[in-house]
Amino acid sequence: MTQELDFHELQSLAAEILGIDPNEIQLDKSFQRDLAADSLDLVELIAAVEDKYDVELSEETLEGMKSIRDLWVFLEEKQKSKAEA
Amino acid sequence: MAVTGLGFVTPIGQDIETVWSSLVEGVSGVGPITRFDASDYACRIAAEVKDYDAERFMDRKTARHIGRYCQFAVGAAKMALEDAEMDPRKMDPDDVGVIISSGIGGMEEIERNHSALLERGVRRISPFTVPMMIADMAAGIVAMQTGAGGLNYAIVSACASSGHAIGEAAEIIKRGDSVAMIAGGAEATITPLTMGAFIQIKAVSERNDEPERACRPWDVDRDGFVMGEGSAVLILEDWEHARKRGAHVYAEIAGYGGSADMYHVTAPHPEGHGAIRAMRKALTKAGVEPEEIGYINAHGTSTKLGDVAETRAIKAVFGDHAYKLAVSSTKSMHAHLLGGAGAMEAGATILALERGVLPPTINLDNQDPECDLDYVPNHSRKADVKVAMSNSFGFGGHNATLVIKKTEPN
Repeated sequence: MTQELDFHELQSLAAEILGIDPNEIQLDKSFQRDLAADSLDLVELIAAVEDKYDVELSEETLEGMKSIRDLWVFLEEKQKSKAEA
Repeated sequence: MAVTGLGFVTPIGQDIETVWSSLVEGVSGVGPITRFDASDYACRIAAEVKDYDAERFMDRKTARHIGRYCQFAVGAAKMALEDAEMDPRKMDPDDVGVIISSGIGGMEEIERNHSALLERGVRRISPFTVPMMIADMAAGIVAMQTGAGGLNYAIVSACASSGHAIGEAAEIIKRGDSVAMIAGGAEATITPLTMGAFIQIKAVSERNDEPERACRPWDVDRDGFVMGEGSAVLILEDWEHARKRGAHVYAEIAGYGGSADMYHVTAPHPEGHGAIRAMRKALTKAGVEPEEIGYINAHGTSTKLGDVAETRAIKAVFGDHAYKLAVSSTKSMHAHLLGGAGAMEAGATILALERGVLPPTINLDNQDPECDLDYVPNHSRKADVKVAMSNSFGFGGHNATLVIKKTEPN
């Protein structure tokens, strides 16, 4: 059975790391371009996302994502394949 | 060299007036350790900075990404600049430099990330570990946060670190490299490893049942220092520059001397040979005769060896006058800020001169016969002192002495 992911949880996780309001974390935003995340922030974000969602996320993958939507889609797909397995 | 601003984030107050009232009323900042579970430690007491709101001084992201000792330093530095009515962003970037020392650095952050490494692997080490742990970062982050773009570094000499910071900062202004310096120290070492390590060398008091009575310099029943934490920062300024802009001048840093004991990694020289030379050098550089010193804010950590050695050193430097001047250890109240101690105590000395009141040595009930000077026991004392001295000594045998003069009316 598939468990729905809660976007609010990703919002608060990323907001905590970036020190911003959770509402600023939106699907069409980019961590680097819109939310001033530097390379150190991204490394911290990766560790937090990996721990929370039990996935592996490389720096290259995250850096290649154009927006938070790409990360969200990535997490949903991982969730789906985990449910199917 | 004028002192035109003071900032404190300490166990006995987080603003000048609270710190001052604690000092004159003999308030102890020592209590049970709450920063971590110390229940199986031989020493379970320390002087913690309570309820410090780092986000009052910086944005949340900055606060998250710097070590606790740096958070303290930013708060103290910003308060000191505000007190001095100085904004480095409105000055030439080279005009204001920063020396903020730490004896140890981001210990809590090192320990946390070492645990993450052992428990969860290398990829769980925070990418901010390096900037959080290095001992120079307070100076760096204060420059970023205040716009002070002049000479910038930290001096590491254990518990003498910020005594050296202030002394060297004064020399920097004197030689013309800047017109003002943000100078002080910061420390945050109430951590499992640091406390355990100091317990292993039997340096800290184990008077766990009476935390407020634990730090008792020169008392026969003293049994070691008490760990503190926090930051104190001074704004030093070229005298003419301060005069021209009409700044309030608290006091004058008149002389600075430093030396090495050349003796032992942790124990002071029993006769205080290094301390003697540091005090004499500071007096000479200030052009002050020993008889002019009315008050010494001692290093006075409340250790068996250190208190006796410092007393002997004072007697060697001052002769009969040692019995006429007043000596106190404000560590009896704020405990030992390690790399922040020299600045904390220089700040206390400056306020004592300005306000004509000498802070006491609290918990001095039965004076050690080997420590036979006037230590201002238990109660503050009114005294119009013109010239004072502040001593700071550190593991490794580093000694730093400052001579500080009261500001005379024009």
